[in-house]
Amino acid sequence: MPAPGPAISIRGAVKRYGGITAVAGLDLDVPEGICLGLLGRNGAGKSTTMRLLTAQSRADEGEIEVLGLPVPRRSKRARAMMGVVPQQDNLDEELSARQNLEVFAHIYRVPRAGRRAAVARALALAQLTDRADTPAVKLSGGMRRRLLIARGLVHSPRLVLLDEPTVGLDPQVRQELWSLIARLRDEGVTTLMSTHYIEEAERLADDCALMARGRVVARGSPEKLIAEHAGAEVHEHYGTADRLAEIERIAREAGVPTRRTGPSISLLKAEQFDDALRARLPVPPIRRPANLEDVFVLLTGESAD
Amino acid sequence: MFEWAPVRAVWRRELALYRRYWASTSFAALVEPTLYLLAFGYGFGSVIGTLYGYEYRDFVSTGVVATAVLFIGAFGGMFNTFIRRTFQHTYDAMLAAPVDVHELVTAEASWLAAKAGLYGCAPLLVGMAFGLDPSWGMLLVPAIAFLTGLGFALFGMWVSAIVPSINSLDYVITGVLTPLFLVAGTFFPIDQLPSWAATAARFNPLWHTVELIRAAVFARLTPGDLAHVGVLALFAAAMWSLAVWKLRARLID
Repeated sequence: MPAPGPAISIRGAVKRYGGITAVAGLDLDVPEGICLGLLGRNGAGKSTTMRLLTAQSRADEGEIEVLGLPVPRRSKRARAMMGVVPQQDNLDEELSARQNLEVFAHIYRVPRAGRRAAVARALALAQLTDRADTPAVKLSGGMRRRLLIARGLVHSPRLVLLDEPTVGLDPQVRQELWSLIARLRDEGVTTLMSTHYIEEAERLADDCALMARGRVVARGSPEKLIAEHAGAEVHEHYGTADRLAEIERIAREAGVPTRRTGPSISLLKAEQFDDALRARLPVPPIRRPANLEDVFVLLTGESAD
Repeated sequence: MFEWAPVRAVWRRELALYRRYWASTSFAALVEPTLYLLAFGYGFGSVIGTLYGYEYRDFVSTGVVATAVLFIGAFGGMFNTFIRRTFQHTYDAMLAAPVDVHELVTAEASWLAAKAGLYGCAPLLVGMAFGLDPSWGMLLVPAIAFLTGLGFALFGMWVSAIVPSINSLDYVITGVLTPLFLVAGTFFPIDQLPSWAATAARFNPLWHTVELIRAAVFARLTPGDLAHVGVLALFAAAMWSLAVWKLRARLID
């Protein structure tokens, strides 16, 4: 029974911590059944947004609805229908994989008759059926992360919040988790996934919201965001600092968006350059397709502050 | 709104953990009063003999019930709660699920109280091995220990939410808990103290526990003892409010 309206609706949310405004007038809608990638740098307000949705943070201003229920007023009912996978591993280390899941099957109020099946299903989802009785402390990093995700899914929630689901994991483990997350979407579960791994969002998200300074600064599918902000083609130029600064100046005068790419400078929307501009620029050594990272850096700032 | 479903779920977690550590807890619960009885009962008791008509070892074995309950409740409340909140982030995981702070506090404190009710009886068992006469009143001891344990567990949880670091709990142990357990009539009657200290002891919840336990075990309960029950219930209610208030401030921002 899909709730009328979006799975998540945030209107004008503001959250201040002392003098710091973590969320500054955030508007965000997540329709049912999609995977939304919440992208942003550290400190952009992604984790605070997640906490607002579970009422573990209380907004100073704004309206929040989760699965049609106003938060924080009816948050507990909303929390029963959503699963939360935290960034920080908080499994019970002394308890086995199965016991960790059993405890949360109780906490998420899975009815008694369905509890055993729910735990078995979550174990299978985490591919831990044959490690069910191993204490969490003895599981590898990848296994623990799978268990943490399965714990948030033990009650078959309609909405899942994933906070940086693959941070600090090796590429093989990340790919395993990606297939797990992709399967959720195939099952029609709405997923809100915060990440600062661009590749993760490109692969998994139907839709991306780019956050900076506590607001959503761009929203759309990865393809649409790339086309809109970075175009189709990117030219990368190398050279001395002076030379790069000169190229950057010429591009900016012509209204071309640029970004630094480590030792080089990238000129975006290169397919739109006119002949006059091409004549003023050197022949680029590298031409490549625009990607989501270009959009990310363009919109969320270059300097590592 | 208060629901029991989350409370039961949190108990379920405690039960799973308890299955792992019950042996060490039970060992400590039985050996500690044995040591007290050997040291104080025989050491002191041989000098004192009887006290207000009690064998000194009977006086001590009933008094040690209160100290056991104090330590199970307050230490559990302080250390478990601090570690689970700040190091293990267990409470963050629970509050992201359909559990609210007041239910979490109720569940954690009542679990500790149940442990206090159970292990509070251990000194009586040891005492009986040393010659304490069994009595029907002893059956009330788990309930008295539960109520006392509830108050001190909540006290510990409140304290865990106001200290800046786990090391600060040392101040509370030395500055608050030790005086409470010494001046409660556990090892010596408080009317031996200077009158100001004897008066102060009446504000010590643990003194009321000791009075109730002795009255129950030695079969001299009167309706007037309900006042002790009232004090312990008030103490628990006040500590519940403080613990919920401060833990909510720490867990929900």
